[in-house]
Amino acid sequence: MSDTHSNTVAYVRDTMLPQTEPPLTEKGALKWLRENLFSGWLNTGLTLIALFIIWQALMAVGPWLLNSVWNAGSLRECRDILDGATGACFAVIVDRWHQLLFGFYPRHLYWRPVLALVLLFVALSPVLFPSLPRRLLTFTAIYPFLAYHLLWGGSVWLPIGAALGFVVGALAYIGLKRVNNLLAVFGAVLAPVLWWLVLAGPFDSTMSAVLPWGLEFVRSDRFGGFLISLVIGISGISLSLPLGILLALGRQSDMIFIKSVCVVFIEFIRGVPLITLLFTASLLLNFFLPPGTSFDLILRVIIMVTLFASAYMAEVVRGGLAALPKGQYEAADALGLDYWKAQRLIIMPQALKISIPGIVNTFIGLFKDTTLVVFIGLLDPIGLSNAIRASTDWNGIYWELFIFIGLLFFIFCFGMSRYSLYLERKLKRDHR
Amino acid sequence: MSDPVVELPIDRAIDTSQMKVTDEVAIQISDMNKWYGSFHVLRAINMTVNRGERIVICGPSGSGKSTLIRCINRLEEHQSGQIIVDGTELTGDLKNIDKVRSEVGMVFQHFNLFPHLTILENCTLAPIWVRKVPKREAEATAMHFLEKVKIPEQANKYPGQLSGGQQQRVAIARSLCMKPRIMLFDEPTSALDPEMIKEVLDTMISLAEEGMTMLCVTHEMGFAQAVANRVIFMDQGQVVEQNTPSEFFNNPQSERTKLFLSQILGH
Repeated sequence: MSDTHSNTVAYVRDTMLPQTEPPLTEKGALKWLRENLFSGWLNTGLTLIALFIIWQALMAVGPWLLNSVWNAGSLRECRDILDGATGACFAVIVDRWHQLLFGFYPRHLYWRPVLALVLLFVALSPVLFPSLPRRLLTFTAIYPFLAYHLLWGGSVWLPIGAALGFVVGALAYIGLKRVNNLLAVFGAVLAPVLWWLVLAGPFDSTMSAVLPWGLEFVRSDRFGGFLISLVIGISGISLSLPLGILLALGRQSDMIFIKSVCVVFIEFIRGVPLITLLFTASLLLNFFLPPGTSFDLILRVIIMVTLFASAYMAEVVRGGLAALPKGQYEAADALGLDYWKAQRLIIMPQALKISIPGIVNTFIGLFKDTTLVVFIGLLDPIGLSNAIRASTDWNGIYWELFIFIGLLFFIFCFGMSRYSLYLERKLKRDHR
Repeated sequence: MSDPVVELPIDRAIDTSQMKVTDEVAIQISDMNKWYGSFHVLRAINMTVNRGERIVICGPSGSGKSTLIRCINRLEEHQSGQIIVDGTELTGDLKNIDKVRSEVGMVFQHFNLFPHLTILENCTLAPIWVRKVPKREAEATAMHFLEKVKIPEQANKYPGQLSGGQQQRVAIARSLCMKPRIMLFDEPTSALDPEMIKEVLDTMISLAEEGMTMLCVTHEMGFAQAVANRVIFMDQGQVVEQNTPSEFFNNPQSERTKLFLSQILGH
């Protein structure tokens, strides 16, 4: 009908219609509610059921949380204060937070791990945010040695001696590069190892004798709580990424020896539970070391956790490498870039970008797996919660401790997860 | 010159004053063979390219033409025979390979720009890291070549924001920034729309006009007719026929060539 109309009747519009508001039910919160919660009988029903379940959950947990007792010396006191009413007893956190965070670290030295944590963020910032001045990276390079000294203390010359190993390696590389490239690589590996094995000890003892500087020494068995989780987690995270990249590259290598070593390593580590490796670290590793060497338990655990995570990391990075088109390698080759330059400038930036979700996934997994050290007798937060419960004051308290521990882990893991989303958005270049 | 058999989609006169073939040998390939596994891809290739030559290599797919030019900068390894580029023989020696690669520019079918770098960074990366050119100087060179391929205004965009034709011109500019003495083109227009083919061919022609030594694997017979001084036809890993463009198109000798030309030119 309208066709006939438009074809037969001439029509000229003389007034233009102004823009008008949509009807009330078609905009804003009402529209959202209607579309998302009450779009039909079934969905309305489901919404109401969901609301009921949320209400029940709030009713169950709400009073318990709202009635929390924050000041009490023991669980018994808590119960007296509550006087039969339901309520949480977060007084245990107030009473024992220092143990959950620091373990048995000497109280008057708490400033040292705190300072180390603050400086950690300073050291991380140039890595995480490329807009910051590159000169900050110098501090990032110094940070591991500084953090070691802050946490463990002892002679200041021990970390300096360890750091000098890298300087020795660099010098060897520069010196030998004039002779031969391959020789320079060997030199750069061999020289620091020799330094650490032979010269670092005498260097430490002579310098300590001349200039006995250093902070008060804290033994490893006094570490505990979140301090231990963070030390193991952060060392593991920062060491496993580079090691994982090397393993992934090794696995793709044309050199059959390197390739098989990497494949065997990755497959072995992935095939063995972490807890087995941790028991190996705590019980068996000393059998393989020369008699008389005492190797710090935390250090052994860090090594095992790093190896474990790096095998997973290698596979994540390999996924990123596999996703890159062959043309990228060819273009880099055709421009005359050598293998390492092509990897550093072309391949890795793209492969790592693709692998960000997997990498962060591995990081988060590693960080949470640090709680497994409780089985080899290290007092991580879980281990300490057992220890706290073992005291007569707090015998029988579970939820409050686990909520606190879970919350702290959640803050770190959620932070990592958000950062990885931010990074993915920032590196998005395909503009599709 | 006889009537062109094929049209060149470029409507401008080509300046041939700089197109001079010299006696200097740029590439020497002698008795070269290559196998993929047990498949004999390239069979007894003999070929000499003099400086200033513009050679078009054509042939049906699977004839080994791409493999041949990829052997010239060692993207593919040959198993017997000799390839000498600019006096450097290609062997397992990495130093020689890197030397040849930095002297020989290559343009790919799928552009292969680096998507995480801007156009300018794509162009300056190799000069800075391979040739050790200072950054400012490399950027000036890059802008010069981007102007030459007529897209200086895109310098700070990312490859993903450019059209195919623009990306391919960036790829050409990126190769030119290394100041190569030889340019290899591996089907540079095969992944492009007709409109974009034109702009890329235009860029390639201006390159030829400046006397660049070029080896192009292409199906653009108009380009071959107008610019090449030699056309090589390959089939089953062998050079079947080579001649000047006018002889090649007007008077093909081998049956294989005649068949190929009749198919590709549609008459």
